[in-house]
Amino acid sequence: MKNKASFVPQEGEVRSSRCPDNSAFKQQKLPAWKPQLTIANVLSSFFLTGTFCLTVGVCLILSTNSIGEIQGEVFMYYGLQNFYENHRRYMISRSDAQFLGRKFSLYYEISYCAPFTTYRNGTPMAPCGAIANSMFNDIVDLFYSLNSSVIQVPLLKTGNSWWTDKNVKFRNPKSYSLSPAFAGTASPPYWQKPVYLLDEEDERSNRYVNDYFIIWMQVSAFATLRNLYRRRSPLYAFERFLNFRVSRFKGRKHVILSTVVRSGGSNPFLGIAYVVSGTPPSLWHGELLSIENSTRKCQLNFQKVNTASCE
Amino acid sequence: IVRWRRELGTEAYIPQRFPDNRIVSSKYTFWNFVPKNLFEQFRRIANFYFLIIFLVQLIIDTPTSPVTSGLPLLFVITVTAIKQGYEDWLRHKADNAMNQCPVHFIQHGKLVRKQSRKLRVGDIVMVKEDETFPCDLIFLSSSRGDGTCFVTTASLDGESSHKTYYAVQDTKAFHNEQEIDALHATIECEQPQPDLYNLQRIKEITEYNNLVNSAFMKLLYFAIFSKTSCLISGVAIYTGMETKMALNYQAKSQKRSAVEKSMNVFLIVYLCILISKALINTVLKYVWQSEPFRDEPWYNQKTEPERKRNLFLRAFTDFLAFMVLFNYIIPVSMYVTVEMQKFLGSYFLTWDEEMFDEDTGEGPLVNTSDLNEELGQIEYVFTDKTGTLTENNMEFIECCIEGHVYVPHVICNGQVLHDSTEIEICKPLFNTEELFFRALCLCHTVQVKDDDSVDGLKKSQLSRRSCIYISSSPDEVALVEGIQRYVCNWEGLRTLCVAYKKLTAEEYSNAQKLLQNAKLALQDREKKLAEVYEKIERDFILLGATAVEDRLQEKAADTIEALQKAGIKVWVLTGDKMETAAATCYACKLFRRNTQILELTTKKIEEQSLHDVQDGSSGNYRELFLEICRNCSAVLCCRMAPLQKAQIVKLIKLSKEHPITLAIGDGANDVSMILEAHVGIGIIGKEGRQAARNSDYAIPKFKHLKKMLLVHGHFYYVRISELVQYFFYKNVCFIFPQFLYQFFCGFSQQTLYDTAYLTLYNISFTSLPILLYGLMEQHVSADTLKREPSLYRDVAKNALLRWRAFIYWTFLGVFDAVVFFFGAYLLYDNTVVTSNGQMFGNWTFGTLVFTVLVFTVTLKLALDTHYWTWINHFMIWGSLVFYIIFSLLWGGIIWPFLNYQRMYYVFMQMLSSGPAWLGIILLITVSLLPDVLKKVLCRQLWPTATERIQVKIFFIVKLVFCITNL
Repeated sequence: MKNKASFVPQEGEVRSSRCPDNSAFKQQKLPAWKPQLTIANVLSSFFLTGTFCLTVGVCLILSTNSIGEIQGEVFMYYGLQNFYENHRRYMISRSDAQFLGRKFSLYYEISYCAPFTTYRNGTPMAPCGAIANSMFNDIVDLFYSLNSSVIQVPLLKTGNSWWTDKNVKFRNPKSYSLSPAFAGTASPPYWQKPVYLLDEEDERSNRYVNDYFIIWMQVSAFATLRNLYRRRSPLYAFERFLNFRVSRFKGRKHVILSTVVRSGGSNPFLGIAYVVSGTPPSLWHGELLSIENSTRKCQLNFQKVNTASCE
Repeated sequence: IVRWRRELGTEAYIPQRFPDNRIVSSKYTFWNFVPKNLFEQFRRIANFYFLIIFLVQLIIDTPTSPVTSGLPLLFVITVTAIKQGYEDWLRHKADNAMNQCPVHFIQHGKLVRKQSRKLRVGDIVMVKEDETFPCDLIFLSSSRGDGTCFVTTASLDGESSHKTYYAVQDTKAFHNEQEIDALHATIECEQPQPDLYNLQRIKEITEYNNLVNSAFMKLLYFAIFSKTSCLISGVAIYTGMETKMALNYQAKSQKRSAVEKSMNVFLIVYLCILISKALINTVLKYVWQSEPFRDEPWYNQKTEPERKRNLFLRAFTDFLAFMVLFNYIIPVSMYVTVEMQKFLGSYFLTWDEEMFDEDTGEGPLVNTSDLNEELGQIEYVFTDKTGTLTENNMEFIECCIEGHVYVPHVICNGQVLHDSTEIEICKPLFNTEELFFRALCLCHTVQVKDDDSVDGLKKSQLSRRSCIYISSSPDEVALVEGIQRYVCNWEGLRTLCVAYKKLTAEEYSNAQKLLQNAKLALQDREKKLAEVYEKIERDFILLGATAVEDRLQEKAADTIEALQKAGIKVWVLTGDKMETAAATCYACKLFRRNTQILELTTKKIEEQSLHDVQDGSSGNYRELFLEICRNCSAVLCCRMAPLQKAQIVKLIKLSKEHPITLAIGDGANDVSMILEAHVGIGIIGKEGRQAARNSDYAIPKFKHLKKMLLVHGHFYYVRISELVQYFFYKNVCFIFPQFLYQFFCGFSQQTLYDTAYLTLYNISFTSLPILLYGLMEQHVSADTLKREPSLYRDVAKNALLRWRAFIYWTFLGVFDAVVFFFGAYLLYDNTVVTSNGQMFGNWTFGTLVFTVLVFTVTLKLALDTHYWTWINHFMIWGSLVFYIIFSLLWGGIIWPFLNYQRMYYVFMQMLSSGPAWLGIILLITVSLLPDVLKKVLCRQLWPTATERIQVKIFFIVKLVFCITNL
C-alpha cells in the first residue's frame, strides 16, 4: 500500500517525537531461544523418535495378537461392503433437529431429507431421510452349541452407543404414550415397523433413542463399513431374517465377532506402522553419524580457511 | 472587490467555479468509505475470485456452505478496510491540520484571522516570515521597501535555495491594509497546471488607470517558506486542489516486488492445479456413475427434479461444486497476511535506533511497505555523489589567482596538500587579487542575516562573527566564508572560475535593455534569456579559480565495501566532472589504487563525458555498453542529467537478467532515477525533501544503507519467502486429503472436514503463528548479518522462491496430505479404534485428519523458527491450544442455530480413544520426519554460507560457555 504522503510538510512537529524507543522489542532484540539443527541435536532426537516408535510398535503388535483368544466382552458387528454411506446426497439426507425431539421439526425441518421427506399423500416420514430409511434390518442371533444342543445366547442391545448421543443428541418427542407423539407421521418406506416399535420391551431404548438406530445414524467414512450390533460373551452366529438387500448395489454383508483391548481392535496397522516408522530414524541415526564423520573434516578445513581470510 | 477571470485556450469567457482552499489528500469520506473501498478491494483479482466462489456457493447446491468462503473473505476485506481506513484517517488528520491553520486575510481594510480552508480565489492574504503560503499567490507587496521577498521551495521541488521574488510593479507601493483593500483589478491567468517551472502568463488589469500590465509574475507557490524578516501580501489565485502543490501530488506508479511477482505466478499455478483437480473429479464422477447401481442405489435415491436435470447442466454444476470444494487451495488469507506482515514489519525499520541520525534528528521513513523484501534482493545500487556519498557541506579549500595557489591557515579535513605552494596573504593585495576578491564578494546572492534561530542554514565557523549567510547555492556560502577568513588555497575539489569584463556605460545600458526585453517576453523566455546572456558573457579576462571541498560522508567507504562484499554492484551516477567524481570514488574505496580503470570517453554524445561508460541512450551501443559494464567491478558515470540517470537505471533494469536495482540520492535531480529503480531511496539531506518524498524509503545518511539492505532487507526477504511458501504448503496439506477423499465417496463432493474447520483453518487456527514468524524471525542474528555481508548472496536472485523451492514445498504438502489421509484411512480401516467397541463415523475421521493437519503444519513452522521469543511460544502453542479449546466447545454443545449436530461430541470421542492418540502422534511424526531429514542432509552436505555461520556461531557460543565454565 502506498502511504500517500500528505501535503503537510513534516518538519518541525515530527522532529522531536521521531527519536525511536529503545525497547528490546522495537530493536528486534528480545531475548530468544535459538535452536540449531546441529548434528548432535538431530541425532539424539532421531534416536529418541526411533526408539519411541519401535517400543510403541512392538507393544501394539503384542497386544493386537493377544486378541486372538476370545475372552471377556465380545462385540458383534454387522459389516457392509460397497455401501456408500459417505455419498453426499445420502449423508445430508437426515434431520438432526428431528432427533432432538423438537416437535415442530417433525414437519418443518426436514427439507434436507428429500426424497424421503413425505409420502405422496403428504404424510411426513419419521424419522425422515435416506439414512434412516435404509437402516440395516437383518436380525442376527447367536447360538451356543453345547453337546449338540443349541442354546440361544442372550445379547445386550443397550449400552452400545455413546452416552452423549443417547442422552443429548437423540431425544424422543415428549409424549405420555408410545404412538401419539408420532401421530400424523409414517415410518420410512423400507421400514417394517414404525419407529415407536423399535424396542417394545425397553421404553428407554425405544424410538429415536434406540441404540441400534443411533449407531446406524452415525455415518461411516468409507463404503466398507462396520457397525456395532450387540455385545456379549461367546459364540456361533446365524443369520435368521434376511431383510437387507445388498446384491442390488453389488455389496456384501457379514457379521463380525471381536473383542477389544485397550489399544483398540484387531487392527495390526498401528503396531506395524510404528515399527516401520521407527526403523528409518534409527537407521538414519547411524548413517548420519557416518556423514557427520566424513564432513567434519571438511568443516574443519572450512573453518580454517575462513579464519585465515578474516585476518 | 476583486474580480477574476481565467483564460481558456480560446478567448471565450466562461464563468468558472473556483474551488475553495480545502486540501483533500484523503481518498475516502465517511459516507463513501464502504462502497468505494469495497469496489477497490474487489478489483484485486484474488478478492474477486473469492467473491465469485462465494456467489457460486450461494447460487448452486454446493458441498460447503457459503459461510466457509464468505467468512474468510469478510475477514480479509475487513482487515484490509481497517488498515486502509486507518491510513485514510491519518490523511484526514493531516488535511484538517492544514485546512484549519489560521491565515490572515484582508477584508474591508482590516486584518482578519480565518481558517485556511475558508480562503477563496481573489482574497488577499498576509503572510509573515517563516509562514507557509496557504495557496498559490500573486505577490502584491512586501514590507521591504524594494518589493522583494525571499522564499524557499524545498517542500515542493527540494531546492533549499532562497529565491528572490519581486512584487507587481503597480502594487508594490501598497503598505497598509486600506491601500491594498482599495485595489480593483482583474487578473487573467492560465488554467491550473502542475508544471512548476513554466512561468505563468499572468495579466493584471488594474482598473483605475486601465493599464494592461502584463508583467511576468512568478507565482508564490503554496507551501513555501518566506525567509526574510518582512510581511508580504498576496492575492490568492489557485486554491485548494488546484494549487501547484496539489497538482504535483498525483499518485505515483505502483512498484511491485519480485516476491509479489513470484507469488502471483504461484497463484496461477495453483489455480491451474485447482481447475485440473475439479476437471479430473468431474470426469471420474461420471465414469463412476455410469453404472446405475452406483448412480442411484435403492438406499440413496434422487429427487424428481434431480433426475430430470439436463446432463450438461449437471456436469457443469458438478464442476463448479468441485471448484468450490477445492477452492481453499488458493490461500484466501495470504494476501491479507502478506499485507499485514509488510505493514507491521516496516515499523521495525522506522524504530531502528542505529538508523537514527542524532545530528539531524531524523530516522528512516517508510513511504511504502510494499517493497520491504526487495531490499534483500538488490543487485545494483545506483548512487548519486553529492549529498549522498559526500556531505554536501562545502568548505573553502583554496584558490588560485594568476597561477599562485593560496591555502587558508586551517588545513581542512587533515588533508595534506603536497604540490601547492603555500602563500600567506597579508595586507598588500595586487590588482588582480583585489579584483578577484571583489568579484567574489559582489557576484553572489548571499544575504546576511542576524538571526540564528533559523534552522537549515549554515553557520559561520568563525567565532569572531556570528552571522548567518543564506544563499541560493551552497558553493557560494562556502566562498563567502572563505573570503571572510581572508585567506585562500586542488584535488577533487569543486572549482569555480572567476573572470571579468569591463563594460562602458553605453554597453551596460544596451545589455540592460536586452535583458529587460527578454525578461518580459511571453514566449520562450528562458531561451531568449539564454541568448542574451550568451551575447553579453563573452571576451572575459580570467582572474583565477576557487576550490571548495565537499567532504565524504562518514562510513561511506565502509558501506560501499560491505555492499560490494554482499555481491551488490555499486554504480555512481553524478552530474559532476570526471576528475571530481573519480576522486570521490577513490576516497570511498569504490575504486582501489590497483583497480584497472577503463575509460570510455567518447566524443560528447549528448554532452556526456563518460567514465567507464558510454552513452546509454544510443541504441546501437546499448548491448556493448551493458556487456562492458556488467564485467566491471564498479562503474562511474559522469556528467549525467537527471533523465540520463534514469535511463541508465532503466537500461540495467531491462537487461537480460532483470536485476533488481536500487537508486539512492538526495536531490531533486535524483528523483527520476529514484522513481525508475525497483527501490528508490531518498536521503533526508540538505537539498530538501524532494528525493525523500518521492522515494520508497528515506534514510538520514548513506551509511544507513548497509543495515537497511544487509540486515533489514535480508530479514524481510527470508520472512516473506517462508510466509509465501508456507501458505501454499499449508493449503495443499489442507485440501489434498479432501481431494483424495473424493475417490472414496463416489466423487460426490462430500467434505472431509466440518464447516467450522473449513472456515477457521486459514483465518484462526494457522494464521497467527505464520504472521508472527513473518515479523520476528531471525535465522541468524542481526549483528552477524552486518558483520558478514557475504551472507546476502545466499538470498540473492530470489533464492528462496525459485521453482525448485516451490516444487519442494508443494510436494512436501502433498506428501503430508497423503500421510494424513492414508494414515488415518489405514488406522480407521474397518476396525475398532475405540476401547468400548464403538465405531467412528466420518466426521470423526475428518476431525482426526484435521487434528493431525493443524498440528503438523504448526509444528512444521515451529521447526523452521530459529528465533523463539516468548511471543513465538505464545502464538505457536497458543494457536494449538486454541484449536483444542475450540474443538471441545464446538462439539460440546448442541448449537441451537444449526440444523445439523454432526460435530456433537465427536472431538471428545476421538480423544477418548487410545489408538486415535497413538495414530495422531505417529502421523505427525511421520509427516515431519522427511523435512527434518532433508534439512539435516542439506546442511551437512551442501551448507549455505548462512548455515555455516549458524554452526560456527553455535560452536563459538559453546566454546565461550565452556571457557567460562572452566
